Amino acid sequence: MHASTRRTYLSGLILAAALLVVGFLLPAWLLFTVTKAIGYGLVALGIITLMRGGLVSFGQGLVYCIGAYAAGLLATRIGVTEAPLLLLVGMVASGLVGLLVGPLIARYRGIFFAMLTVALSMVLYGILVKMNAIGGSDGFTLPEPTFFGWQPDVGTSDLALYVTAVIVACAAATACRLYYDSMAGMMALAVRENELRVEYLGSSVFNVTVRNFAIAAALGGLGGSLNAMALGHIDPLFSFWTTSGEFVFISVLAGHLSVGAVFVSALILELVRSFSNRYFPETWQMIIGIFLIATIIFLPGGVGSLFQRVLKRGPAAGRGESAENEGRAAP
Amino acid sequence: MTSDTVILEARDLQKRFGAVVAAQDINVKVASGEKLSLIGANGAGKTTFMNMVTGYLKPDSGAILLEGGDVTKLNPRQITQRGVCRSFQIPQLYEPMTALENVMVAIGASGRRFSFFQPADLNETVEQARAMLKRFALDPYAHRPVSELPGGVRKLLDIAMALVRNPKILLLDEPTSGVSVDEKFPLMETVMEALAAEAVTVIFVEHDMDIVTRYSDRVLAFYQGQVIADDDPSEVLSDPAVQKYVTGTAGPATAPAGAEKEAEA
Repeated sequence: MHASTRRTYLSGLILAAALLVVGFLLPAWLLFTVTKAIGYGLVALGIITLMRGGLVSFGQGLVYCIGAYAAGLLATRIGVTEAPLLLLVGMVASGLVGLLVGPLIARYRGIFFAMLTVALSMVLYGILVKMNAIGGSDGFTLPEPTFFGWQPDVGTSDLALYVTAVIVACAAATACRLYYDSMAGMMALAVRENELRVEYLGSSVFNVTVRNFAIAAALGGLGGSLNAMALGHIDPLFSFWTTSGEFVFISVLAGHLSVGAVFVSALILELVRSFSNRYFPETWQMIIGIFLIATIIFLPGGVGSLFQRVLKRGPAAGRGESAENEGRAAP
Repeated sequence: MTSDTVILEARDLQKRFGAVVAAQDINVKVASGEKLSLIGANGAGKTTFMNMVTGYLKPDSGAILLEGGDVTKLNPRQITQRGVCRSFQIPQLYEPMTALENVMVAIGASGRRFSFFQPADLNETVEQARAMLKRFALDPYAHRPVSELPGGVRKLLDIAMALVRNPKILLLDEPTSGVSVDEKFPLMETVMEALAAEAVTVIFVEHDMDIVTRYSDRVLAFYQGQVIADDDPSEVLSDPAVQKYVTGTAGPATAPAGAEKEAEA
């Protein structure tokens, strides 16, 4: 196995193990917040996958909502409460929608692409609001999830879902990191920089875009079904444009350099929201706004660029020093 | 190296942009291994011809045959996949990436399939990219972002990327434009040395007649969308019509057919 691949797998495993241990120490309210943040982070992971190919979707609420409703309907109508199965179904349902919608919008760029995604998510919102059979604008409540046949009691269900979320998030982040570092991932960066040249090198810009859109959709569905279980209730607001806006906020805050940063950013958003709600009611959006402005001005690469700086400092600084020493020794 | 096999054929190509005739009755056969240069003033139809061959523009009528097969309707990607690669007058590079990474992308694009879970910087890919950079004497620039590189280096990198696929036909759009006079010959020398090992057919657009004479087996002279001369460099450059309308060596170029063009407009 290639050294960088091994490093990616290892960091995924170590991070998962650490987060699982941490989970047993966290208070219940924080467990819930982190789980919800992981759900948001998964959707944002999809957006940064698209961003690497030069596109931003302002309508990820579409796939988030489809994932949530797929899991919710499976749980309420058919009675499947297995959390892993609900996550899988949410991911597959949204991934399929991504494969269907992707080819229709893959030829659009910039603001046209973004607005088309918003439009599609708002169409879904409109439909769901009118569908009284599945709750209309009130949505519906999900039964408590089970885990491989085990039904946790009220005290441990948050922890069980947290454990599931951590495992899913670390697997998704590891897979994305491997994809970004692969030749296919490099082609996405090439598409962002110069589409014309990609075509003239014999590769298809369209295929790269559809592929990224489908991956983003699957991740969105995964986040949606996870949050459906975490919240225990879903409604059409999952597909509303402000929800999509939050995903874009997380992605911009995170930047596309690190796959871990989206989860940190999502947690920042959730914590700011929780605390602002408590101490500055009605003004939490303002605080979020200030946060975003500060990020764009002071940290244009996003939170992920901080990680990279810290990671690179070690070996790079060492090399710099030795070069300096050699320089001094030479005369 | 020229053989008698026709690798590329243009039949009765016509192309107009409104009233402007960009290509008219173009009939050209290119033999495998030939080094063909295209000359002509700006707007004479050289780039239009090149764009039609690479599928970027569709001719209004006529056909383009590659090894006897019709490729007129294909898009640039499909034509690239059939072994016709090109470089650009303004190098089309991935600016934030290093020179090495640019070539790696070219290698990735030429591969049929790539694994999603295998790193891009596999040893064999990096070695292949380094070898290509070395052929073009670009190895000192391997780890520099291409946005920082000087013009001549960017030109060479652009050509190196086009060569990764081992094309049958390589089209070079003004390889020496934007390069200082002193650098033109060394640059062409580097390119031709890099191509020496390949049985590649080269078609290049060039304004410098010394380079045309030295590096091409055959010259097509364009004027107002038509090929007005098609022969050895010495024959073409001594043609009075070419001297009048293309090279300007027979006094200032005036347009006798301008009246026709105005009438069309």
